[in-house]
Amino acid sequence: MSTQPIGTPRPSLQTQISRASTIRRTATNYIVAGLAILATIVVIAPLVAILAYLLFKGASSLNLAFFTHIPAPVGEDGGGMANSIVGSAIILVLASLMGIPIGIAAGVYLAEFGRGKALATAIRFTADVLNGVPSIVMGIAIYSLIVIQQKHFSAFAGGVALAIMMVPTITRTTEEMLATVPHAIREAALGLGVPKWRTVISVSLRTASPGIITGCMLAFARVAGETAPLLFTALGNQFWSLKLNEPIAALPLQIYAYAISPYDEQHRLAWAGALVLILLIMVSVTLVRIFANRGQLKGAS
Amino acid sequence: MGVGIQVENLNAWYGTNHTLQDINLHIPANHATALIGPSGCGKSTFVRCLNRMHETNPIARATGVVKMGDLDIYKDASPVEIRRRVGMVFQRPNPFPTMSIYDNVISGLKLNGFRNRRILDETVERSLKSAALWEEVKDDLKKKSGASLSGGQQQRMCIARAIAVDPEVLLMDEPASALDPVSTSKIEDLIFQLKTQYTIVIVTHNMQQAARVAENTGFFLNGKMVEFDSTHKIFTNPSDKRTEDYITGRFG
Repeated sequence: MSTQPIGTPRPSLQTQISRASTIRRTATNYIVAGLAILATIVVIAPLVAILAYLLFKGASSLNLAFFTHIPAPVGEDGGGMANSIVGSAIILVLASLMGIPIGIAAGVYLAEFGRGKALATAIRFTADVLNGVPSIVMGIAIYSLIVIQQKHFSAFAGGVALAIMMVPTITRTTEEMLATVPHAIREAALGLGVPKWRTVISVSLRTASPGIITGCMLAFARVAGETAPLLFTALGNQFWSLKLNEPIAALPLQIYAYAISPYDEQHRLAWAGALVLILLIMVSVTLVRIFANRGQLKGAS
Repeated sequence: MGVGIQVENLNAWYGTNHTLQDINLHIPANHATALIGPSGCGKSTFVRCLNRMHETNPIARATGVVKMGDLDIYKDASPVEIRRRVGMVFQRPNPFPTMSIYDNVISGLKLNGFRNRRILDETVERSLKSAALWEEVKDDLKKKSGASLSGGQQQRMCIARAIAVDPEVLLMDEPASALDPVSTSKIEDLIFQLKTQYTIVIVTHNMQQAARVAENTGFFLNGKMVEFDSTHKIFTNPSDKRTEDYITGRFG
């Protein structure tokens, strides 16, 4: 091409790209797009299958009594999981109250104050390791740290176990989300004479809040279904209890107890409980989303 | 009203990189002063030393004396206080994306704990009018995000945000370099009006812009200030050969 004298019209790009290669490119495009869609289906299919199977197995056992009664004594039919639903809610609220503030605060330190510091590197590493600790180990750890010291199982111990499991996820997502906030926006606030702490709260955290909320919801949904950490901490309870310093019922524990029992009636209730657990998680995550998106402005990025 | 700025022996570093070397300069009050020079010559670092934004970078360091009126900004006040009195407009518009236009303009007051609704309302209107943006946005002040405006509107909003806290000095770091010619001329008109009330320091790569808006111009090269004089003199009869080479386009 470079040997051509200046001014000679070059063959147009269209004629250079042969028809065959155009067809090949189009085909490749369709194949890649098709593979992406297929992968999406493979990802979603198990969720749909699980939900459908739970509906099939559990929906028939769902009735008002399930939500209003406590478990029936062994051998009797009927009964519900009202105490487990409330117990799970109490443990999860406890866990969120402890885990979310600590997780976010640690993430803020990593992203805004600890850049390049040895302590930050250590915290980041610890969070990643903590994220990989098996949940049963967490249960045993809290058992020896709290339950043995207090000499009784308690809702509080269950909340602590779940809170510790929430922290690493929340910390790391908070850090990642804060890292995506453009530096220019922080400079804008600092340039207006806004102190650093106020900039972090009102500008950085606020800008990153959708991602941070997603992280909190992920952590919440993950621990909501945890059974192992509760086995040695909250223990479970066949009766009503709202006290934080006594053993408390929880949906995953009740499902576990019923699923391994020899009675068909209890198996049916276990299926219903699993269905309710998934639905409650979905509802609470959706509610938080709606609540978080309220009052968003036109054109906000 | 604006105040003059006296800079004596200002040196600045990024790590081991000596980006500003012995800058001495007097910036007169209520005038626009332009800083020109090739990329990387230290103009931006210089203006960032005037409101102590330079030191927000952990590896950055500065020595020397910068006096705003009688106030030695590195001795007599905290960075936060200085930045309230020295407004800054950045190269790229940087609205707060989660805030409405109203909240963006008022953010300097609100984030410093100012709550009086009536005064906030008045300040928003006055600032947006000064920034020649009021007519375009007055109907959706609280409905639209600041990030939904066009680039030129965003930059004028950022100017409104900077003057809403009523600073004495306004620093502008290439405020029009990311904008189209129409928005650029609006910003220049604005500088003309604003310099009656504020001391303006504007960094620019556009020499016509410097000639149009500024009474005085400084030429920076490799971290040193080569020449500082009236804009007319710099552009018609510079005393340093390097200034002449730069403005005639022989390098840079």
